[in-house]
Amino acid sequence: MRDNHQSWGSYPKAYPQHVHPIRWRHEALPQTERTTSVLPYGNGRSYGDSCQNNGATLLTTHSLRRFISFDHDTGVLRCEGGVLLADILDNFVPQGWFLPVTPGTKHVSIGGAIANDVHGKNHHKAGTFGCHVRTVELLRSTGERITCSPHHHSELFRATIGGLGLTGLIVWADIQLKPITSPLIDKERIRFSGLDEFFDLSNQSNTSFEYTVGWIDCLANQQHTGRGVFIRGNHCADNAQSLTHIPRRTTLTVPFHLPSAVLHSGVIKIFNRVYYHLQPRQLTQARIPYEKFFYPLDTILHWNRLYGTRGFLQYQCVIPSRYEREGIRDLLSVIQQSQQGSFLAVIKTFGAIQSPGLLSFPKPGTTLALDFPFFGEQTLTLLTKLDSLVRETGGAVYPAKDAHMSSEDFQAYFPAWHKIEQLRDPKFSSSFWRRVTRLNTTPQHSTKSESYSLATEKEQAFAHHSLFNNMNQA
Amino acid sequence: MNILIIGATSSIAQETAKCFALEGARLYLAGRNLEKLQAIQGDVFVRGAKQVEAMALDLCLLDQHEHLITTAIHTLGRLDAVLIAHGTLSDQQICEQSVSTTMQELTTNCLSTISLLTILGNYFEEQGKGTIAVISSVAGDRGRQSNYVYGTAKGAVTIFLQGLRNRLTQSGVSVLTVKPGFVDTPMTAYIRKNLLFAKSETIGKHIHQAIKNPRDEVYMPWFWQPIMMLLRSIPECMFKQLKF
Ligand SMILES: Cc1cc2nc3c(=O)[nH]c(=O)nc-3n(C[C@H](O)[C@H](O)[C@H](O)COP(=O)(O)OP(=O)(O)OC[C@H]3O[C@@H](n4cnc5c(N)ncnc54)[C@H](O)[C@@H]3O)c2cc1C
Ligand SMILES: NC(=O)c1ccc[n+]([C@@H]2O[C@H](COP(=O)([O-])OP(=O)(O)OC[C@H]3O[C@@H](n4cnc5c(N)ncnc54)[C@H](OP(=O)(O)O)[C@@H]3O)[C@@H](O)[C@H]2O)c1
Repeated sequence: MRDNHQSWGSYPKAYPQHVHPIRWRHEALPQTERTTSVLPYGNGRSYGDSCQNNGATLLTTHSLRRFISFDHDTGVLRCEGGVLLADILDNFVPQGWFLPVTPGTKHVSIGGAIANDVHGKNHHKAGTFGCHVRTVELLRSTGERITCSPHHHSELFRATIGGLGLTGLIVWADIQLKPITSPLIDKERIRFSGLDEFFDLSNQSNTSFEYTVGWIDCLANQQHTGRGVFIRGNHCADNAQSLTHIPRRTTLTVPFHLPSAVLHSGVIKIFNRVYYHLQPRQLTQARIPYEKFFYPLDTILHWNRLYGTRGFLQYQCVIPSRYEREGIRDLLSVIQQSQQGSFLAVIKTFGAIQSPGLLSFPKPGTTLALDFPFFGEQTLTLLTKLDSLVRETGGAVYPAKDAHMSSEDFQAYFPAWHKIEQLRDPKFSSSFWRRVTRLNTTPQHSTKSESYSLATEKEQAFAHHSLFNNMNQA
Repeated sequence: MNILIIGATSSIAQETAKCFALEGARLYLAGRNLEKLQAIQGDVFVRGAKQVEAMALDLCLLDQHEHLITTAIHTLGRLDAVLIAHGTLSDQQICEQSVSTTMQELTTNCLSTISLLTILGNYFEEQGKGTIAVISSVAGDRGRQSNYVYGTAKGAVTIFLQGLRNRLTQSGVSVLTVKPGFVDTPMTAYIRKNLLFAKSETIGKHIHQAIKNPRDEVYMPWFWQPIMMLLRSIPECMFKQLKF
């Protein structure tokens, strides 16, 4: 019973009119009224409104969670769209198989991983999740089932990878898993004192390490800008380790939303400083279970409640290689000046492997991800500044984590959006899509502009309303 | 482990099936919808089941039960355990107005189970070992105006199981009565969820455990035991005044 199908950032709040569970893969889509749209909802781990369909219907896939077949010779798994990455790990790590790409949480569905074309710490070696998807079955609102792959219905396939759930319901998919000999990761961590050092470490590590990522202190003063910790790792190659020997980690849960005072910028600044100084100066090595390496946040369930009821905004952008050094530095200095900080600022260089996805977010360059507690207008102003910096460099902002970017910015970041609009199932829409395309994507009236403004106005009024409430609380 | 799961398309039963699959069990699944059965078959097979077979039949067709059970025994070679899980949450108001709906509900939730248990009881008695597990309900512990048709069916199943347990203990067969409280499954899709609702994963896993380590009657989750004890202890003259 997830919190009324809100998104992970609890901002903006959205209220679906209907929630319709899809439980079996042979089931048809619900017959909705002609004017309302539907949107698949995976596990709600997107931060903003890409998994929301305010006032319309969500198709939940929690029970669409079965494996279909597995080929032990090739490592190709066929499974339903609601299967979680955690289900795959639990079942296949003991058999010597791992996810080809994993985001920072394993509580993500296959449908969600494909629809946002998620990336992980091995982007420089493996590309995005979509690079490892062999086939998907799409259920369209006409009742048609289309099996797409790079060879059949390839345009629809490319529109579905990173397609934000708009091309139809992903009923099942074939995923290429990768062989491993141990559930352990050989991890190294190295403290760095500035951005140049980060980029040097990244360049040195990207050939010999499968996984690389950095954490940075985003509130450090001028001379320390960009200091942080570089983390890199490889799957342990020592096959004397038993595959099934995975020490269970206890999980804690945050039972309720914390008061927002905890998030005072001073607290965040101190947290960052202490965290940095706790890191040993020298390179350290450790052999650790994969869960500890990939999913440190998953040990605290509902950690998003730490941000209180008014929620938070995640911000993730990519700056193309040409401008990455200045671009990231500029972003950090704007953040530092604003004194709105993040507990966890993550930095990573993306590689050149191209995803088949038309709307895929990663591109060669450097990505920065931060979360900002929501303080109303000042937070939104900061994000607008960051957006324009990103736009100047020819970069992009990640839709999976966005609740704010303007339609102009979105369309500049993702010129292929027109193509998605053409291939979108006319019955499928989301709060995000209506916001960033400014189209009335409720079925039926796609040509009537008045009904468009009505729909968007309603959402805007709603967004303002919640903003107003939030500011009142603050 | 060879297990026959009757009503295998139930959300709770699917979760129990997954646990057995992980241990490399052999499963025989019975339910009324072939497509659903096939989806579960694929899933448990990938999860590690050594063999998974299925039969589609409406369990209200009592004269098919003998055929189902003999086919399952024949296919798997022998049965170590059976789980009976099918059921429908009767609409009390419709039942009050319709004799035929009431009889239908009693057939689904009680008579079909009693018919299956009669055949299975003899099989396990002769075998001299094994576990018979049935999902009854806390609703069978006391009749209430809001759902006494369903409650009657479950109550009768609970009493039948008590008798069967009493009879089969001598032969080394264990009989498990599972009494879940509210569980979030399609059966309760239209009921507003509250803190008392458990997940089908949790209940499914508990059932797996209770089959592996034989128990008699188990409330799931555990807190229903004190709640039901309290509810049963209220004198009837007071209870009849309560509205729930
Ligand atoms: C702690 C944390 C760490 C994260 N780390 C990363 C990271 O490192 N890299 C990264 O890329 N992302 C990361 N994310 C974001 C997350 O991976 C994505 O938002 C992911 O898409 C969420 O999947 P979900 O199953 O929760 O889908 P939802 O959030 O519910 O939905 C996401 C999108 O998928 C669509 N969708 C869902 N199911 C289907 C389906 N069956 N058919 C068609 N469309 C469907 C929805 O319509 C929606 O557009 C992180 C998120 C969290 C909370
Ligand atoms: N959910 C609760 O709160 C709760 C509480 C206490 C006890 N229980 C009991 O738990 C058991 C499992 O239910 P559930 O919660 O898992 O709900 P469920 O998912 O709805 O499962 C019920 C299953 O019974 C099947 N069924 C019904 N009539 C049938 C028939 N005549 N022939 C064959 N199959 C039939 C249904 O098949 P179809 O899928 O084909 O319809 C369905 O798969 C039931 O005995 C129920 O009474 C449930």
